[in-house]
Amino acid sequence: MKKIIFVFLSSLICHFSTSAQDVNSLIKKVRSKLDKVNDYIAEGKMKTDVAFIKAPVGKVKVFYKRPDKFTVKRDKGISILPKSGVSFNMSSVLSGDNYTAIPSGESTVGGDKVKLVKLLPNDDNSDVVLTTLYIDEANLLIKKANTTTRENGTFEMEMSYGKYASYGLPDRVIFAFNTKEYKLPKGVTLEFDTDDTPKHSVKNKKGRVEIIYSSYVINKNISDMEFK
Amino acid sequence: MWKLLQIELFKIFKRPRTYISFVAVAALVSIIQFGLKVDGKMYVDFMLRDLSASFNIEGNVLNGYLVCYIILQLLLVHVPLLITLIAADLISGEANMGTLRLLLTKPVSRTEVILAKFLAAAIYTFLLLIFMAILALFVSMAIFGTDDMLNLKSGYVVQLKSNDIFWRYICAFCFAALAMLTVASLGFFLSLFAENSIGPIVATMSVIVVFTILSTLDIPIFNAIKPYLFTTHMIGWKGFFDVKVNNDNEAIIGSVQNLDKVLQAAGILALHIFGLLLASVLVFRKKDILS
Repeated sequence: MKKIIFVFLSSLICHFSTSAQDVNSLIKKVRSKLDKVNDYIAEGKMKTDVAFIKAPVGKVKVFYKRPDKFTVKRDKGISILPKSGVSFNMSSVLSGDNYTAIPSGESTVGGDKVKLVKLLPNDDNSDVVLTTLYIDEANLLIKKANTTTRENGTFEMEMSYGKYASYGLPDRVIFAFNTKEYKLPKGVTLEFDTDDTPKHSVKNKKGRVEIIYSSYVINKNISDMEFK
Repeated sequence: MWKLLQIELFKIFKRPRTYISFVAVAALVSIIQFGLKVDGKMYVDFMLRDLSASFNIEGNVLNGYLVCYIILQLLLVHVPLLITLIAADLISGEANMGTLRLLLTKPVSRTEVILAKFLAAAIYTFLLLIFMAILALFVSMAIFGTDDMLNLKSGYVVQLKSNDIFWRYICAFCFAALAMLTVASLGFFLSLFAENSIGPIVATMSVIVVFTILSTLDIPIFNAIKPYLFTTHMIGWKGFFDVKVNNDNEAIIGSVQNLDKVLQAAGILALHIFGLLLASVLVFRKKDILS
């Protein structure tokens, strides 16, 4: 009996350690793909879909520099960007080894088979509590990421890839995030008409920002000034 | 008719009280601009507090377009009172001075006289609005610069692209002209029934104050009568600063959310003007002029 339990436990430990190794090596491969990019400037269009915001589609420029500099700027005009999510970048998540990767099974995203990996930060003071990555193992691409933070709740990123897939850079990113309620007293806005509800249908309580990238300029050593 | 109009305009612009309105508008606009220039950040932070909880907002939020919108919101409630000062004095002032009878001895019809006076009142109203537009819009654009405009409504936020705003202001000022002309028509009409200026001026102001209060009170019992008050429709210009969205919730540039409502409000105001002017002509033609 003891022998059976020993064999069972040994095989269980062996299985988990092999899975963890697999996951770590998968993350390493994804990271080495992302590491091909030192910096980039991307141009694209941003759509904001929040129940209480009526905003037109705007042109944006996205700046990234390793290890963790990332900013989205509206080309002209006022930008309204969610506090969480948009400034969250996969390269910065995977930079360094300050996390523990846990295999969490398999799933599908947009019809593609993906591996689920949970990343737990080793730093107790990290704002990020948990990140779940949906990795396309065949192409070494992160298709989706769910992140839970202490300060800004949970948000979701879904990425579609195209001609920049070899760099691990998406053509389209959708950020989904939770929004707080918006209300201003009518006495402040000097509105005296009773009908002030948005006419568009509110699909859900979550906000969505979609960036469709049209071009990337990669590894041109961009200035730090762009992030100020 | 043209000669009559020139005479009426001469009479209006010869009186010092005509310029009180221009001075008052200049003072009020300057005070608001000064306040926003000095402490506008605090005002914007307060207005954006709910939005800032979930979003980072970057750009020149307190720009000339928003400042003009704030000024118009505050002033277009009070400017009618300034217009009343002139419009409600046009007939009663002459009656008070005893010149009305003298005027009607001239070889012009009563209809021509009253139309010339009304046109003079309309020109004064338009000039006051143009003066206000220059100060509130162009001076604000020069002081605060330009950018997209965030129209912060009580239930939602509308972002208007900077190249999609100017035409809205032109429409808003045209609408405001209709609203102010309605007030001028009312004052003008009431001035037919008095032989001194104070009565019709106070009466017109009282009607505006009472109607405005009824229009703004959000009490169900008054909601039924709101559509019948012209003051309810006077704030219709704000409709130009709201946009439609498509199925993906993207704002459609160049659109107006409730254009039919705005046009309906403009139509109601135009009907008021026409009705009051027609009534003025009919009353004046039959009126027994004793002073």
